[in-house]
Amino acid sequence: MNEQSLMKRRYLKQRAFFLIVRLSALVITLALVGILFFLFYNGLGAISWDFLTLPPTDSMTKGGIMPAIVGTFYLTIGAIIVALPLGVASAIYLTEYAKQGKLIRVIRVAVNCLAGVPSVVFGLFGLGFFVVFLRFGSSILSGALTLGILILPTIIGASEEALKAVPQTFREASLALGVSKWATISRIVIPSAVPGILTGSILGIGRAAGETAPIMFTAAAFFTAVLPKSVFNEVMALPYHIYVLATAGTHIEQTRPIQYGTALVLIALVLGIDLVAIVIRSVIRRKKRW
Amino acid sequence: MKNQPIITTKNVNFYYGAFQALTDITMDFERNRVTALIGPSGCGKSTLLRLLNRMNDLIDQTRVEGEVLFEGRNIYEPDVDPVEIRKRIGMVFQKPNPFPKSIYNNITYAPRLAGIKSKESLDALVEDSLKQAVLWDEVKDILGRSAMTLSGGQQQRLCIARALAMKPDVLLMDEPTSALDPISTAKIEELVDELKESYTIIIVTHNMQQAARVSEYTGFFYLGKLIEFGLTEKIFTNPDIKQTEDYITGRFG
Repeated sequence: MNEQSLMKRRYLKQRAFFLIVRLSALVITLALVGILFFLFYNGLGAISWDFLTLPPTDSMTKGGIMPAIVGTFYLTIGAIIVALPLGVASAIYLTEYAKQGKLIRVIRVAVNCLAGVPSVVFGLFGLGFFVVFLRFGSSILSGALTLGILILPTIIGASEEALKAVPQTFREASLALGVSKWATISRIVIPSAVPGILTGSILGIGRAAGETAPIMFTAAAFFTAVLPKSVFNEVMALPYHIYVLATAGTHIEQTRPIQYGTALVLIALVLGIDLVAIVIRSVIRRKKRW
Repeated sequence: MKNQPIITTKNVNFYYGAFQALTDITMDFERNRVTALIGPSGCGKSTLLRLLNRMNDLIDQTRVEGEVLFEGRNIYEPDVDPVEIRKRIGMVFQKPNPFPKSIYNNITYAPRLAGIKSKESLDALVEDSLKQAVLWDEVKDILGRSAMTLSGGQQQRLCIARALAMKPDVLLMDEPTSALDPISTAKIEELVDELKESYTIIIVTHNMQQAARVSEYTGFFYLGKLIEFGLTEKIFTNPDIKQTEDYITGRFG
């Protein structure tokens, strides 16, 4: 009798815990769905072919957001081009070459600190270093470099994890065949780590595309109807455009639909770039299984 | 009849940090013979094996004292490139560790990097190596398939074929059958018997019967020391030292 009631209590306890973890998962999903729904509900009305292909008109209260789409696309791709090689190379050094010791610990702490720096500080650094000191001006180049540094810790972290996840036995097998260390890393270790590295890049892409503060002083134009001709041109960018319309304009209420529409486009753009990375990753994963 | 030793260790001490894993190991490994290294876990036999092709270089904070002579030359001299040593002294690991590549590419991976480019030479090398490892008949029609789809025993023979493709002089085997079923184990043992015609084999094993079956020489290790080393027959029938006898008869501990 006592035994039975104990069992029942244990069973109920278990059910209660299941319910709690299940609800937590549900809340997260609901939050995402809620945000997306809110954006679609408010922004979908603004989306049209003209909205996507025309520059803003009438003091940015009408027309499209095409220059901002193009600008954010360039800035994001630029940031990835800056951060991916540098980040992957650093991760290779940290995991494969460096002797674990004081220097490595200092570098790791530095990387983690970099990850914790507020994004506006990156913006000010970009302004001081790239825009002013290196005389790149407010440009795609300055913005991409600033965003690149911003997402560097993400890429390094993900790449390190990916490299560490490659079984040690692969390295041993290759080295034991009289293959040099560099050949082992480039032919065996990196190809096996590419899916994980791409995951890091996906996170980086999302961050780079969505940030406002780092590009505010380094790349983003308040308004320009012309598309950039070189990396030294200023560009409009989606997050900055939203910020401008929502805070600095004289028609804040009037442009609400445009703001939501822009946010929707920003999310779609990030998901689009992510999708490419995800497809590449799954193709590679299917080829490399162990 | 004694053969020339191909590898000789002279008073080798080995340390992981402050821990001394091997003490004063002096032994000769004869050419075209199978030498078995036996002893309880942690006795240093695998450490010694990995010293012979400098695989212990990969572990931080290790230190070697004494000499490991390969064909008369100390492989721990500063001007010796471990990559060159490993080309001549191949290794098969405890767990089969094929690359996540096709069977064909597993074999050709290292030879290609070593400079063999022509398709005919590579094809011939694949066939030769797989035949030597007695795997050819099982895989000749699926060379393009991922090595990961093979069974454990087949994977291990593939790893042997992969090592043989570099045409080494010595093959080090670190408990090559401990992860395999009895039938695959028997196949690998037969293989060892055939391979000693052309290679020197040094095999670490936990399986006493295996050591008795495949080797000509056996070294018994305990707590980082070489307790007894001699003809397998003698070690297993009439060892000089009581500790060896206790271990072999299972009265250890």
